Amino acid sequence: MPAAVGERYLIESPEPLVGALLLAGYRVIGPQAGDGAIVYDEIEAAGALPRGLTDEQSGGHYRLKDGDPDRWFDYVVGPQSIKKYLFPAHQKLWSATRTPDGFDISPAGDDYPKTAFFGMRACEIAAMEIQDKVFDNGQFADSGYGRRRANSLIVAVQCARSAETCFCASMNTGPRAQSGFDIALTELDEGGFLVECGSEAGASILGGLDLAGALDGDWEAALDVTRNAAAMQTRRMVGNVAEVLREHLDHPRWDEVADRCLSCANCTLACPTCFCSDVEDVTDLSGDHAERWRTWDSCFSLDFSYIHGGAVRPSTKSRYRQWMTHKLSSWHDQFGSSGCVGCGRCIAWCPVGIDITEEAAAIAAPLDVTGE
Amino acid sequence: MAKPKLAVWKFASCDGCQLTLLDCEDELLDIAGAIDIAHFLEATSKIEGGPYDVSLVEGSVTTAHDAERIKAIRANSKVLITIGACATAGGIQSLRNFADVTAFTSQVYAHPEYISTLRTSAPISEHVKVDFELRGCPVSKHQLIELIAATLAGRKPHVPRVSQCVECKLSGTVCVMVSKGEPCLGPVTQAGCGNLCPSHGRGCYGCFGPKENPNPAALSMKLKEHGMIGRQVRDFYRSFNAGAPDFAEESSSHE
Ligand code: SF4
Ligand code: SF4
Ligand code: SF4
Repeated sequence: MPAAVGERYLIESPEPLVGALLLAGYRVIGPQAGDGAIVYDEIEAAGALPRGLTDEQSGGHYRLKDGDPDRWFDYVVGPQSIKKYLFPAHQKLWSATRTPDGFDISPAGDDYPKTAFFGMRACEIAAMEIQDKVFDNGQFADSGYGRRRANSLIVAVQCARSAETCFCASMNTGPRAQSGFDIALTELDEGGFLVECGSEAGASILGGLDLAGALDGDWEAALDVTRNAAAMQTRRMVGNVAEVLREHLDHPRWDEVADRCLSCANCTLACPTCFCSDVEDVTDLSGDHAERWRTWDSCFSLDFSYIHGGAVRPSTKSRYRQWMTHKLSSWHDQFGSSGCVGCGRCIAWCPVGIDITEEAAAIAAPLDVTGE
Repeated sequence: MAKPKLAVWKFASCDGCQLTLLDCEDELLDIAGAIDIAHFLEATSKIEGGPYDVSLVEGSVTTAHDAERIKAIRANSKVLITIGACATAGGIQSLRNFADVTAFTSQVYAHPEYISTLRTSAPISEHVKVDFELRGCPVSKHQLIELIAATLAGRKPHVPRVSQCVECKLSGTVCVMVSKGEPCLGPVTQAGCGNLCPSHGRGCYGCFGPKENPNPAALSMKLKEHGMIGRQVRDFYRSFNAGAPDFAEESSSHE
C-alpha cells in the first residue's frame, strides 16, 4: 500500500525494511556487535543486526550481554556515533603539486554513497541536528558535510530501555525522537513494530512494503514503550546548568575533577556533538607534493589551544572546564541550544568514569561557606 | 645546493629504531635522493667525517665512554635528534636506575671487575642539548619519515603529544579498558604507534612514553579497581619508558 508522511503502520520485523533500503540502492549503516560493544558498520541484511544482545553501562564501564533472543533493539548507543560518517575522523581536504611557476591544487574527492542510517536513537538524531547547525550556521557552511548529510536517510529506533548512563529525558532529546527521521520504528512489547513515516523519502521506501495501518491503541502502546524507557533513567542533568556553570568558573570542584581527569580526550571524541578538528599540512620527502588533512582534535589536547608563544590551556583544570562550560553553557550562545543530548557516552567511555551529570550537580549544589 | 649530510649513531640500544629507518623500503630511495647518508653503520660501511647537518641518535648513555662520545657528536652536528625510548628516556635498561647496578653485574658476569658502567641509564638529553625527541619502542616509521621530511623542509614535524586513546577513538577501536576491564596505559601514553595493541584487544604498554601533562596517579587508582595490586601497578610503568620521569615517579610510589 502507498505510505504517507505522518501516518503510522505496523510491521512484523525490520527485515523487509532493510531489504527495501538495499534494493533502493542505499548503503545501510547500522548497529553491530564488534569487539565487545555495539559499533556502527555497513550491513547487508537484517541478520547482521545484534538481535538478542543488550548492554550494561556505568561510569567507565560497558559490557555487552545476552538478552531476550527475540528482541531486536534492547541495547542503546555504543562508543561510536554517526559523526564518524558525516564528519570523518581523518579527511583529506586537498593536495598540491609543485609546478615551475607555483603549485596546482586538486580538491580531494568525497566518496559518500547514498546512505541509510538504520537504528538511530533519539539522542543520535538530536546530536546530528546539532552538528547540522555547527557545519552550516547560515553564514559559513562545510560543503562536504552538507553533501553527505543531504545524501543520508535516517531510520530511527525509539528506545525501549535506557542504560544507566542515559539522561536524554532531562535534556529533552529523547527517548522518543519526535522528528528528524525519515522512518521510525518502535519495537512493541508484544512483538512487532510500529512504523512512523517522517518524510517523502521514507514514504517511498515504505510504499514497497506489506504494511498494516496502525490503530490508536497501537500508537498508545508505542508511546508506553518510550515512557518506560524514560522512567528507567537514573541520571539527569541539573536544571539551568548553563547559568550555573557561567556563574561558577572559580568553583573548587574544577580543581577536584582535575585530580581525577586524565586529559585523555576520550569524552570529546566519543561525544556525538563535539566537532573540533586540527588541520595539518604534510609534505613528502621531495617537497614537491603537499596534502592538507583535517583530523578530529579535542579541547583536552595541549596543542589545541596553542597560539603564538604557547598554549592557552596548559592545565587539566582549564581543559575540563573548557569542555564542560562549552558543552553545557556557551554552546547556547554560539548555536542556540545545549551541546549535550544526554547520550551518556562521555560517562561510559571515560576510562576513570567521570560523570558530567555528577560534576554539574556538584557545581550547582550550594557551597559550604562555613569553611568546615 | 649540496644535499644535507645525515649521520645515524648508536648508543645502548637494540638497533630496532635504526631497523625502522631501514624498513622504510619504499621511502629509502627518496631519502637517499634527498640527503647524503654520511654515517650509518647499520646500513653502509662508507664513513664520511663531520660536520653533519642532521644526526639521528639511538640508544641511551650507560658508560663514561659514551658520555664523552655523545658530546663529540653534538659538537659535530647542526641538528641532533634522538630516536626511540632508549635515547629519549633511558630504555628498558633504565630498570637499573631503580636498583644497585653492581648487584646486577656481580650476578650476570663471571668477571664483574671487567665491567665499567655508569650507575644509571640516561636519555641523551641528560648529557647534551637535543633538538627533537622522537618517542617509541621502536619509533614509528610514519613519524620517522614525517620527521625527516619536516627537517628537510625546515618546518615543525607533526608529532602530536596527545594520548594513545586519541588513536583508539580516531580508528574506531573499542576501548579495552572500558569494555573488557583490560589494564591499559593508553590514557597516560603519547600516541604514535598507530593503535597497535588496543586494536588487537590488548591494553597499551606505554611504548611511546608519557603524554604531555599525564595523570598516572589517577590511572593507577583505576588499575587497582580493575584488580591490579601495588607491585603489578609498579611493574606496569616499568618497561621501555621506566626511566621517563612521570612513569618513574609513579612506579616508585607503588614500591
Ligand atoms: S556531553 Fe556526554 S552525554 Fe552529552 S552528548 Fe556528549 S557524550 Fe553525550
Ligand atoms: S573526563 Fe574522562 S574521558 Fe574526558 S579527558 Fe578526563 S579522563 Fe579522559
Ligand atoms: S584502549 Fe587504552 S588507549 Fe584505547 S581508549 Fe581505552 S584506555 Fe585509551
